[in-house]
Amino acid sequence: MATENDVVIKIGTVNGTGSASANGLLMKSIFRMGVPVVGKNYFPSNIQGLPTWYEIRVTGDGYQSRSNRVDIMVAMNAQTYAQDMAEVVPGGWLIYDSTWPRSQLLNRDDITVLGIPFSKLCNENFAGARARILMKNIAYVGAVAALLGIQLDVITALLEETFAAKAHLIESNMQAIRLGSDYANEHFDCPIATSVKPMDSTSKSIIMDGNTAAGLGCVYAGATVGAWYPITPSTSLMDAFRNFCARYRVDPESGKNKYCVIQAEDELAAIGMVIGASWNGARSFTPTSGPGISLMSEFIGYAYYAEIPTVIFNVQRTGPSTGMPTRTQQCDILSCAYASHGDTKHVLLFPANPEECFYTAPIAFDLSERLQTPVMVLSDLDIGMNDWMVPELEWDENYVPDRGKVLNAEQLEEMDNFYRYLDVDGDGIPYRSLPGVHPRGAYFTRGSGHTKLGAYTENSAEYQEVVDRLLVKWETARSMVPKPDIRYSKFNKAGIITIGSGDGACTEALDRLSAQDIGLNYCRIKAFPFSDEVGEFIQQHDVVYVVEQNRDGQLRTLLINDIEADQTKLVSLLHYNGMPINSGFVVDKVLEEIAKGRAA
Amino acid sequence: MSYISKPKVAHPGMPKNKLGLTSRDYEGAVSTLCAGCGHDSVTAAIIQAVFELGIEPHMLAKMSGIGCSSKTPAYFVSQSHGFNSVHGRMPSVTTGANAANCDLTYIGVSGDGDSLSIGVGQFVHAIRRNVNMCYVIENNGVYGLTKGQFSASADVGSKAKKGAANNQEPIDPASTALALGATYIARSFSGDKEQLVPLLMGALTHRGFALVDIVSPCVTFNDHEGSTKSYAHTRQFYHHVIDMDYIPPAEEIKAAYAEGDAMPIEMHDGSTIVLRKVDKDYDLSSRASAFKYLRERFNAGEITTGLLYLDESRAEMHELSGNIETPLSQLPFDGLNPGNAELKKLQRRYR
Repeated sequence: MATENDVVIKIGTVNGTGSASANGLLMKSIFRMGVPVVGKNYFPSNIQGLPTWYEIRVTGDGYQSRSNRVDIMVAMNAQTYAQDMAEVVPGGWLIYDSTWPRSQLLNRDDITVLGIPFSKLCNENFAGARARILMKNIAYVGAVAALLGIQLDVITALLEETFAAKAHLIESNMQAIRLGSDYANEHFDCPIATSVKPMDSTSKSIIMDGNTAAGLGCVYAGATVGAWYPITPSTSLMDAFRNFCARYRVDPESGKNKYCVIQAEDELAAIGMVIGASWNGARSFTPTSGPGISLMSEFIGYAYYAEIPTVIFNVQRTGPSTGMPTRTQQCDILSCAYASHGDTKHVLLFPANPEECFYTAPIAFDLSERLQTPVMVLSDLDIGMNDWMVPELEWDENYVPDRGKVLNAEQLEEMDNFYRYLDVDGDGIPYRSLPGVHPRGAYFTRGSGHTKLGAYTENSAEYQEVVDRLLVKWETARSMVPKPDIRYSKFNKAGIITIGSGDGACTEALDRLSAQDIGLNYCRIKAFPFSDEVGEFIQQHDVVYVVEQNRDGQLRTLLINDIEADQTKLVSLLHYNGMPINSGFVVDKVLEEIAKGRAA
Repeated sequence: MSYISKPKVAHPGMPKNKLGLTSRDYEGAVSTLCAGCGHDSVTAAIIQAVFELGIEPHMLAKMSGIGCSSKTPAYFVSQSHGFNSVHGRMPSVTTGANAANCDLTYIGVSGDGDSLSIGVGQFVHAIRRNVNMCYVIENNGVYGLTKGQFSASADVGSKAKKGAANNQEPIDPASTALALGATYIARSFSGDKEQLVPLLMGALTHRGFALVDIVSPCVTFNDHEGSTKSYAHTRQFYHHVIDMDYIPPAEEIKAAYAEGDAMPIEMHDGSTIVLRKVDKDYDLSSRASAFKYLRERFNAGEITTGLLYLDESRAEMHELSGNIETPLSQLPFDGLNPGNAELKKLQRRYR
């Protein structure tokens, strides 16, 4: 069966052998042909020597999630050869390095096995062990390009841009590309039945990972202080922030930095620094992952009670405990929503892809300063570290940061008395003053019991008055956070709710179910506390599938807890094996539920 | 412990500082610590130091963690912002606050539990970063608020109120700071205001991390016979090594100092400290010899006090990271946001 622009290529290599740039080159070549792509990197928590895979989904329909099938496997790692071969769909292709013989036991009759002597070709044409290993990667790109009909001039253009400053590398890389593509053209019938044909669907798009986008968003939002402790998969967010700052935030006159990045000794210190900097009037943030949230929890509760803006990016990974640090999950929803001891709850934002990571950054700072409370952006490894094709980013030049209710020197001068925790406006949000502005603004910031005037108290009524006022603020937050994305189908009995990176798989699943005449309405939640629209959506339906990437149905629990959603309507569809969720999972599970008679 | 609010009455004849303020203007709320607590004497010394330096109250930030010592920022300079953070985490909050606004003077008040047990990691790393702050440890060898457990600074053999002796080696903040490269290290005693006030003034003026470790007896849980952090024991084994005077910027050194005994050192803000060596062999510019000296005196059961180490040459946190001199929190948004045209240009790399 011949298909066009609908193919999944998976490449199995050994980590630390430089295959990442080759895989990027292959994906970008297809993207440059105007064809939408999805890239997923499955890598070990290791520096060198363990199996790693890269998966490129070519999707002419422009879907955003991974597919649960492999059409073409490039099996470059002998260690995983058997497993890699087993993954190929019937009718698919397997490419392997035929320099050495492989066991005949591993044959499959229902796929086409193509042997290409990559090592031999590279050993004959390149000098030095390192170059030979690197060029072997480039050679498989050449072979796949020939098999799929990817234009060599597109690859050449990409290499020329990449190695603009190192011309000799362009020639050696092109030589490797030709080694692979010439061999494929000579020995196989190229292109194969599954091919890539030029389209015009990517000219307004970019390829970016979510951590890069979030780091860039923090620069655009005006963040000046970043503190963090390195943790996979969030580290590249601060790397991105720092790199963009080095580009955009160096004062041309003095050569000095208009930002400060501090590598903390641990996450407890990182969050302390963020709170200190925010208390002092800087936009400040920390990127982390689940274990970091656990360590930060005491301070998060402090910031909630003392009402200090705090922005945290949690790039979630698979838990519990150390879990699988290089695999994805949405498993920190509850631990973030209620982080810390005592009665606390926190504003959460759920970007669905790198584009939203960028736009969510200024929203997080605005909300955090407006509400004077921690705001956590819950990304995940899939969004944060994978390359996504997303629409080109735009910056609204009219944006003015919302710094919230901060009194300036003139306002303080005119006041008889300033009280830090007084709800003057009735929205539950008091006014704050910054140190160094005016002696009248001075107050004592404390995590111990305090009155609405800011004084220490152990008096029941005075204590309760303040924590009750925080609930007023919580409802103000509910009206301020981004509203859900709701889409209706032609039927209105059943719906799907998801968050974050579940969006791509669910959106695609809705199309596939619709093709089978199963219509589902859709609500993608963007924030906690849940907007009224979320509750209304649940009320409108007889059954609502809650699709999320954790074992315990954390989003479902939160819906029941925060808006008293009818739990009998909420059916969990849970994907938590560490791989990014795919549409096939959602389709299968919905069909199973329908077969059980759950749907109306 | 008192719930009476403090009347604010200043005698017309009270001395005024360069801002025209009296020491009453640097006071805070009434202390709720036990009567006779060493910490209250330290609070008085801080008030004196800040008053004499003429720091504008709102340009001072008072930082603390949790414990008896950490309550004290409420008891001085009520016109300054205070930050009573979580246990052992004052250094990180101060580091972040300082990163955001380098124009303020930061005083952190901590205790031996706060800095040497739960917060020892943050204490150590604030030194490593050379955060520009005055870090006070009110050191009494005991946990007061939880009623008398030994702290990490309790000496071997020192006895608890009920008689049990500590058998674990103490962590000495001064020699720890010396090992870590702190740039201003002083030790004093809450009962010696004459020595303490100039040491605090120097610490507040020093550019970089300034530690002032102060033996500050706990009258309720650690002031008995057999305790090495009691008033009596401290007075008996107290050993001055280098005392100092603080001379404000642009003021002449008027006091008479005997040749060889006095050493003036200019600070970054133009002020001068004059060191008066009690022990002529002591060299406060050498970490190695200072360490040896401290260790030998410690082994002899003595508490060495005074300015123990000084290095005015090392860069502090902002200089180390190449930061602009304007406080980051005061930079206008326009200069922080690269704009849409730049965003377009940047994205060519992502195609």
